[in-house]
Amino acid sequence: MELQARRQNRKESRPAMSEIEKTIPIEVLRYRPEQDTEPVLQTFQVPFTDDMSVLQGLQYIKDYLDGSLSFRWSCRMAICGSCGMMVNGKPSLSCKTFLRDYYPGGLRIEALAHFPIERDLVIVMDDFIEKLESIKPYIIPKTPRALSEGEYLQTPEERDVYEQFSSCINCMLCYAACPQYGLNSKFVGPGIMALLHRYNMDSRDGGTEQRMELVHSEDGVFNCTAVGYCSEVCPKHVDPANAVNINKTESAKDYFLRFVAPKGAAK
Amino acid sequence: MSANLKRSNAPIFWLLFGAGGMLSALLGPMLVFITGIAIPLGLILSPDAMSYTHMQAFAHHWIGAGFIWVIVSLFLWHAGHRIFHSLHDVGIHAGTAAKLICYGIPLVATIVAARALITSVV
Repeated sequence: MELQARRQNRKESRPAMSEIEKTIPIEVLRYRPEQDTEPVLQTFQVPFTDDMSVLQGLQYIKDYLDGSLSFRWSCRMAICGSCGMMVNGKPSLSCKTFLRDYYPGGLRIEALAHFPIERDLVIVMDDFIEKLESIKPYIIPKTPRALSEGEYLQTPEERDVYEQFSSCINCMLCYAACPQYGLNSKFVGPGIMALLHRYNMDSRDGGTEQRMELVHSEDGVFNCTAVGYCSEVCPKHVDPANAVNINKTESAKDYFLRFVAPKGAAK
Repeated sequence: MSANLKRSNAPIFWLLFGAGGMLSALLGPMLVFITGIAIPLGLILSPDAMSYTHMQAFAHHWIGAGFIWVIVSLFLWHAGHRIFHSLHDVGIHAGTAAKLICYGIPLVATIVAARALITSVV
């Protein structure tokens, strides 16, 4: 009952469907494991105003046309990283993409490429989460430090070295953009490399050696063929391709110099 | 995910690829212009500049021989690596066989060119 009342409320606060003149066809890739053997496209005619994001279009579908549509979202303002999906084949945050830009043609929304689909637009992100955990995405102090020693100090210059890489919101658009991850999902991938680099470059961190084993490995940076699409689709202007490139050089240096100055855990 | 943490030997091939790429970008167009356009048409350089005697003298000097060796071998390492990865990109995961061909040809060419040039200098 409460839900109905809320929906009624929302209906009243929105312009009625008849008052909105423009409608746009939205094709959505559906996958309901209990009834679909494979993903199928379904088209909805969605009334819209110029300020509506693609995410709001999906919410309209869920509220008024088909309540069974599943998709992830949370903040609506490009900071939570939940609503990544393919919009006309391009990895996009649906909250940061607007319906007006596809009018009058319409648009096709699909689950993020290169990930298994759990349901409709919801992907299975286990691989990404496991990789994220494996690189220890937190500051590992060089030496144990007592609380009484106070906070870590860092100059603005020291912060600038890693700052852009710290903007990553784990939205996985770069993984959907990366053709190499698509071909071989064992590849560590762009976003995780950006985060790994962010911690390695932090003046307060001493965990580089622990993280580099993965970088040097068969699943590491050399799977990248420098396509650069990862950096292009990043909604937070992180440059993961740059993090990968820097670490290719680092890894190549380590490959030859480890015999001169052995360090690190890599075998 | 169970990452394969075996160290990759890619740096060897990546560095050869990178060196070849850099050289081909810097010198490739110039070499095409000199050998393919300027000399045959007699532009800027005299058609005699690449005559047999001139080129033989070039290859007999250690600087000339070194230049030819670096150009031939690194261009091939670059091409081999690129072809190997392009095969993977278009869905041909030919594995060891492709690796042997793509990297074997540059390796053989490097050795053959080195041998030929060393004999020409000495």
